[in-house]
Amino acid sequence: MSPRNKRLRKVINPPLIKGFKPFGPDTPKNNNNPVIMLYEEYEALRLCDYDLYNHHQASELMGVSRPTFTRIYASARQKIARAFVDGRKISIEGGKVYFDSDWYHCQGCGCYFNNPAKDIKVEACPLCGVTTFINFEYDDYEEDEECIKVSQKRSCGRERRKRHQHN
Amino acid sequence: MKIAITSTGNSPDATLDSRFGRCAYFVIYDTQSGSTEFVPNPAREAEDGAGPEAVKLVASRNAKKIVSGEFGMKIKPLLDSLKIQMIVLQDPEKRVNEIIEMLNH
Repeated sequence: MSPRNKRLRKVINPPLIKGFKPFGPDTPKNNNNPVIMLYEEYEALRLCDYDLYNHHQASELMGVSRPTFTRIYASARQKIARAFVDGRKISIEGGKVYFDSDWYHCQGCGCYFNNPAKDIKVEACPLCGVTTFINFEYDDYEEDEECIKVSQKRSCGRERRKRHQHN
Repeated sequence: MKIAITSTGNSPDATLDSRFGRCAYFVIYDTQSGSTEFVPNPAREAEDGAGPEAVKLVASRNAKKIVSGEFGMKIKPLLDSLKIQMIVLQDPEKRVNEIIEMLNH
């Protein structure tokens, strides 16, 4: 019996780099066996350890269950540890993911456009070239929604306690 | 760079097709050479999956931007992963040659 299909994981910010390379005199010479880090593992690490979300919030952002998120995150840490200890390269590639991008609204021609290449900043409307456009974001609104969604879902209760402390 | 525009007909006077997956023609406009190519949409009458088929066609022509009236639900993640930019122009009266003029700003 084949395993169930993996659900697509949402990646908000794909990495700017393709990977890492070890250096130093004792680096293994024939180092052509990199550790393959998947995009979703990179994203899990970014959400947890860089943006400091807890596993429950981060799992909602990536569109997977909390236990699945924890497995992805654990796998990311194991791979990094393996690369550090063995002195192997890390290559960030692949994974069962889809990318999400922001929308912009041009005030010159009235069109809407998105920016799939996150590393390049939008400077002008791609259609009419006008530089007056607004970031079409329901950002604050959506984040609030997200918070409500998180708090309404059943959870371990820890993050709820934390939130009450904040409020 | 190549830009795809959805069109209702195969002439530069045709108007913008407001649907992406089921448009009549794709206009592939090359900004460097200024050439245009009209490609009929094979998935126009498809029952379902017209959007992904259209994405395949556009991606095979190496277009980096798509101008259309609206995009279906399944399209955005596909185009995001292919790094193709979507430009939504909600003006069905616009002609293809007017859009090309705008692109040459």
